[in-house]
Amino acid sequence: MTVHLPVLQVVIPLLAAPLCALVRHGRIAWGIALATSWASFWIAVQLLRRVQAEGPISYALGGWAAPIGIEYRIDLVNAFVLIIVTAIGAVVIPYALKSVEQEIDAAKIPLFYAAFILCLTGLLGITVTGDVFNVFVFLEVSSLSAYALIGLGQDRRALTAAYQYLILGSIGATFIVIGIGMMYVMTGTLNMMDLSVLLAELGPNRTIAVAFGFLTVGISLKLALFPLHSWLPNAYTYAPSAVTAFIASTATKVAVYMLLRFFFTVFGWAFSFDVMQLDLVLLPLALIAIFSMSLVAIFQTNVKRMLAYSSVAQIGYIILGISMASVTGLTAGILHLFNHAMIKGALFMVLGCVMYRVGSVEIEAMRGLAKKMPWTMAAFVAGGFSLIGLPFTVGFISKWYLILGALERDGWQWWLVVGLVLTTSLMAVVYIWRVVEAAYFQDAPDEVGEPIREAPLAMLIPTWTLILANFYFGIDATFTSEVAGSAARALMGIAP
Amino acid sequence: MSPEVIAAVAVGLPLVSAFAILALGKWPNVRDAVGIGTAGVLFTLVLRLVGPIKDGLRPEYPILEVLPGVSLGLKVEPLGLLFALVASFLWIVTALYAVGYMRGHHEKNQTRFFAFFAIAISAAMGVAFSANLFTLFAFYEMITLCTFPLVTHHGTPEAKKAGRVYLGILLTTSIGFQLLAIIWTWQLAGTLDFREGGILAGTASNGVLSVLLILFVFGAGKAAVMPFHRWLPAAMVAPTPVSALLHAVAVVKVGVFTILKVSVYVFGLDLLGTLASATWLAWVAATTIILGSLVAFTKDNLKARLAYSTISQLSYIVLGALLANEWGIIGGGMHIAMHAFGKITLFFAAGAVLVAAHEKDISRMGGLGRTMPITFGAFFIGSLSIIGLPPAGGAWSKWFLGMGTLEAGQIGLLVVLMVSSLLSLVYLLEVPVRAFFSAPPEDAHRGEGIHEAPRLMLIAMTVTALATLGLFLNPGPFYELMRLVVN
Repeated sequence: MTVHLPVLQVVIPLLAAPLCALVRHGRIAWGIALATSWASFWIAVQLLRRVQAEGPISYALGGWAAPIGIEYRIDLVNAFVLIIVTAIGAVVIPYALKSVEQEIDAAKIPLFYAAFILCLTGLLGITVTGDVFNVFVFLEVSSLSAYALIGLGQDRRALTAAYQYLILGSIGATFIVIGIGMMYVMTGTLNMMDLSVLLAELGPNRTIAVAFGFLTVGISLKLALFPLHSWLPNAYTYAPSAVTAFIASTATKVAVYMLLRFFFTVFGWAFSFDVMQLDLVLLPLALIAIFSMSLVAIFQTNVKRMLAYSSVAQIGYIILGISMASVTGLTAGILHLFNHAMIKGALFMVLGCVMYRVGSVEIEAMRGLAKKMPWTMAAFVAGGFSLIGLPFTVGFISKWYLILGALERDGWQWWLVVGLVLTTSLMAVVYIWRVVEAAYFQDAPDEVGEPIREAPLAMLIPTWTLILANFYFGIDATFTSEVAGSAARALMGIAP
Repeated sequence: MSPEVIAAVAVGLPLVSAFAILALGKWPNVRDAVGIGTAGVLFTLVLRLVGPIKDGLRPEYPILEVLPGVSLGLKVEPLGLLFALVASFLWIVTALYAVGYMRGHHEKNQTRFFAFFAIAISAAMGVAFSANLFTLFAFYEMITLCTFPLVTHHGTPEAKKAGRVYLGILLTTSIGFQLLAIIWTWQLAGTLDFREGGILAGTASNGVLSVLLILFVFGAGKAAVMPFHRWLPAAMVAPTPVSALLHAVAVVKVGVFTILKVSVYVFGLDLLGTLASATWLAWVAATTIILGSLVAFTKDNLKARLAYSTISQLSYIVLGALLANEWGIIGGGMHIAMHAFGKITLFFAAGAVLVAAHEKDISRMGGLGRTMPITFGAFFIGSLSIIGLPPAGGAWSKWFLGMGTLEAGQIGLLVVLMVSSLLSLVYLLEVPVRAFFSAPPEDAHRGEGIHEAPRLMLIAMTVTALATLGLFLNPGPFYELMRLVVN
């Protein structure tokens, strides 16, 4: 059976999703989702181990060898991304039980889990496949289910947020499929490995350059690179709490993975960076994203929205690392992919706990909350430390590699980059501390109805699991940094 | 226990005791006994490290590897041992004092207070025994964060505002400058270990290393070199034991200790002496010395005056490090100890006045000397040490610092030291002189109500005052440790 693990990674959730819809019972659907997410995580761990031991795995779907059939191809890069996505899923689903029961109509709960698992399927599919058209198919699977999930939010503005995301997401997907089509016209193949060889043989070519452009814009839209991020703040703010926690830590990360896969594996980094000079586009946008979005985050009154803007800034960090086009920079980018998923996942889960008890995530509503929900707010502080990048947290590890990557480069402009990374870390202190001050130093507003209590354990335990992971991987980062380093070298085509 | 294990226990023990303190919150007497007991055990442990260090051992205790090549680890060397000795001894005294103060002043949330206090000590031990820059930085940040709840203990709007300044300046300097300097060092030298003779020599041009030195000096914001000093007066809103141990000893000394350690073990004195920025920074420190003293004059609030005095005195140590010769280092290292004993006495006395007479302002302390002779007597002795007069320990460190300036050929800096001593003579001695010789203010209701502070507080300040005198007669132990640093 272990031979079929690559396809099982996708097939199990794909089958479980309709099952959730069919059972028509909230708790049973949740049970199915839980089993699926844990099974997926287990498979991802097995796959990573195999890749580490034996090198890349190639799996021909249905026994049809590439380029005729679809190839699933797993190397260190996507094995690592699989871990991220499935781990977040495995933590968020147990957490979702209580949160979803409160935020979503009972009748819709089975459908919610069906969409949730379908979204997971899509994200995993994008990650495992070695076929560019298959990427598009799974991208649509994950996006469509994500639109539905976001639209399920309590606030009616969730509908417009989902609609906005639908329109922009579809434009992005269309751009991607146009790019893929052009590549297919020029090479006659959709297999990534084939493409990488054929594109290199083809040499400089205007159609390929245009395809490159379409893909850049399409993928940038999906990963919410400034200035194509406008769908993200609303989507994160109005989605149900569990959905925000899941999507914020996985969807954009998988989009970044697509960027890595297309630009480093398919086109090759020499073409992307030397010929097309991708860094000239990505670097300024990343820097603007980091600075301007951190600044915007400071002025938000809704904490969920604040963290959403912070996410756009953090995606800027990831892109910054990638645009350095060096092993250290790429390592920083891949590491932050993993680290930011843990940071934001944890913080959005904290907000879900607040939402569950208080019914609002406005800073005003969180005044004096530390006395009533000490564990929840302590988790917020701990997650905030990680976002700021203090030692012993994963955020620190990301900052370390990012700054190291910038210091390795020559030229005065890299000092600006260093300065900007440090400055925005301090801006994170400001926006995190606004919440901390409200929760710890201000008096609680007068309560109406029953008194606010600590969040239920079923939500606190998954939240704290992720918080502790932030510290575990921040104190012992040898595993993540070695995997990310090897993945970066593999992408750059340097032997590990 | 082997010396390596002692070092690890010295860092871990206060941390464990913090959790014990939290667990014992319902039984204040047991809780405070645990706190004082831990302090006693900690000091005896640190004391047992002195022998092995003098025998030339440098025990190392690696904890774990965080990133490839970047690890968390402890290593005991003489400079760190000196700092650990001072901090752990004064923790015993402060623990006694704090019990008297917190109860006498009816403070709330005492359990939280004592728990964070213990964590701060643990982090201070971690800084003292850090084997490399990463470990130092990690514990440095830990101190910043765990003292924040102590600074904002009262939870008032004023405390909140002070907390912002505190955190803002300390995090800005440490993340903005120190972290950058550390990563840069890693990029240049390929290691972060503290090594004798330094690790940076020959890795880059003097211009680059000069910039790096500036980043390190201002990055150690806890050293309160101007213009990054505002957090220290702000931190005075904390209860007095915090001001005494943390903002006169542990926290601020962590800052200057970082600069000393970086000077000796990262740059190395030979390299440091060739850097242009070392001279400029020495003058920045000199400016801080003078300006700090001048501002101290203008403060009528006793704790604020002491805070500016601390700013001024800390720069003595920074100056000593930047002189880049062995007398400067010896003087700086000894001043860590001498200033600690002197200044903690002053803060103890200030807290005693607050608890017993409810007075904060110097102008209203007239006549108090007659009812509180022990308190103001201790204040007088502590002042002598800060000024640098015999028969108090501070005379020695000033002496060595003065020799350092001569060795460096910087007569101007020697003049600065002298002028600053004169200034501190005036602004510190004003307090006991007023207390003993002036009449009480007219509106003060001084009758039967005022008497000496609670006994635990008196014991604490007597001990530190006597220790200040003792250090004049026998500065040997600290001097010998510092000799080991420069040899």
